[in-house]
Amino acid sequence: MNKPVPVTDWISDFDHTDPRWTENPYPIWDVLRAASPVVHTDRFRGVYMPTTYEAVKAIAYDTEHFSSRRIIVRNSRPPITQSAPPITSDPPEHKPAKQLLLPPFTPDAMKKLEPRVRAICNELIDQFIDDPNVDAAARYTKHIPVRAIAHMLGIPEQDGDLFIKWIHEILELGITDEETLMRAIEEMSHYFMGHIQARKSKPTDDLISTLMNARDANGQPLSDMHVLGSLRLLLIAGIDTTWSAIGASLWHLAKTPADRERLIAEPELMPTAIEEFLRAYSPVTMAREVMKETSISGCPIKPENMVLLSFPAANRDPAMFHDADKVLIDRKENRHAAFGLGIHRCVGSNLARMEMTVAIEEWLKRVPDFRLDPAGKVTWSEGTVRGPRQLPLLLGAAD
Amino acid sequence: MAGKLKIHVDPDKCQGHSRCKSLAPELFELDEYGNAHEIGDGTVPEGLEDKAWLAKSNCPELAIEITED
Repeated sequence: MNKPVPVTDWISDFDHTDPRWTENPYPIWDVLRAASPVVHTDRFRGVYMPTTYEAVKAIAYDTEHFSSRRIIVRNSRPPITQSAPPITSDPPEHKPAKQLLLPPFTPDAMKKLEPRVRAICNELIDQFIDDPNVDAAARYTKHIPVRAIAHMLGIPEQDGDLFIKWIHEILELGITDEETLMRAIEEMSHYFMGHIQARKSKPTDDLISTLMNARDANGQPLSDMHVLGSLRLLLIAGIDTTWSAIGASLWHLAKTPADRERLIAEPELMPTAIEEFLRAYSPVTMAREVMKETSISGCPIKPENMVLLSFPAANRDPAMFHDADKVLIDRKENRHAAFGLGIHRCVGSNLARMEMTVAIEEWLKRVPDFRLDPAGKVTWSEGTVRGPRQLPLLLGAAD
Repeated sequence: MAGKLKIHVDPDKCQGHSRCKSLAPELFELDEYGNAHEIGDGTVPEGLEDKAWLAKSNCPELAIEITED
């Protein structure tokens, strides 16, 4: 695989996998937004990126011109053989597919899961609480979402490492390496088919069985392929997204002692703080495929291009948010788009919020003092989901 | 004296972010899919006006309408 040519002009030739973008995309987005509400690159076979909240919203709401059948910008556009409804569905298929998944993810359902997530957090903290330094991404934030979703699905929590490997291969390596992408999807499908088959003879009380027992709009049971697609979605969408969101929140608190101290002194600020971390450090950028010619915010949009639907960039738009580049943990009005806008609103948003809240609360209870380890380096994931993948921290009060 | 506030969630706009329910649980409830609607006829009891405005100003889909009698 040839290395991509480094970017010299962001406005006409942006590359969302460029190391500078991965490290700190915010100043780059400011440059793009100042240039145009929609920018274009010839890379990745042609990609538009809306840079303002308004343009992102217009595209998210427009399912006629923009399809979700491809939701990741990659080097290649392989034939569509594996779908993950409802995230890869357009109307009219989208709604019934989504309605099947919504009931298990309501706020009330999440309340029932919360004690298990609290226990998971504490089990993880127990393992490093006596260490003076810890990579919080590798030893804490990474394991919380994967164990929570495994618990919901009714599969062994210790299979989490396997899921993390597949997701890394699909979301990061798979952007440029089609062979790795296909093998990871294959392995994941094989794994879940085993769990589906096992439940046919021995039904269980978990999310896999719930999906297997669900009926579609015509009253028919879902095909194994539909169940498989939905499981694939829950895993891909539910793990490194929340890993990233929890990690970015901890990263912020590690480098901002005033916010950390305030959150400990005023725990009632936790809900606004979580929403602000979601806004300022939104992990997820989705994609759309242009199906018909149109225009967005006055910019022409042509078919055969993809769209990098950057909710994180929308959330930094100063036309929408005052002090958009500042993190204000008591921000009162916050219409952020971290979970998307329109019909594809993240099905797991209530799960993600609960996991973030619990993970930060339990951490602050047990580790009130911590800071970035100056001897270590924070690294960030590339591409569709952005968050800390190494987060070296020093625990305990500074000398 | 200002009239009573009335809230209404537009069911075509609501996408189930459930921000209103977490900010003003006295005013909103969720259906089995997590989509919100106002409790009762949407009349905001005295003392909860600020919460109604807060819910409206945090709805990402602009689905909440507030009218004054």
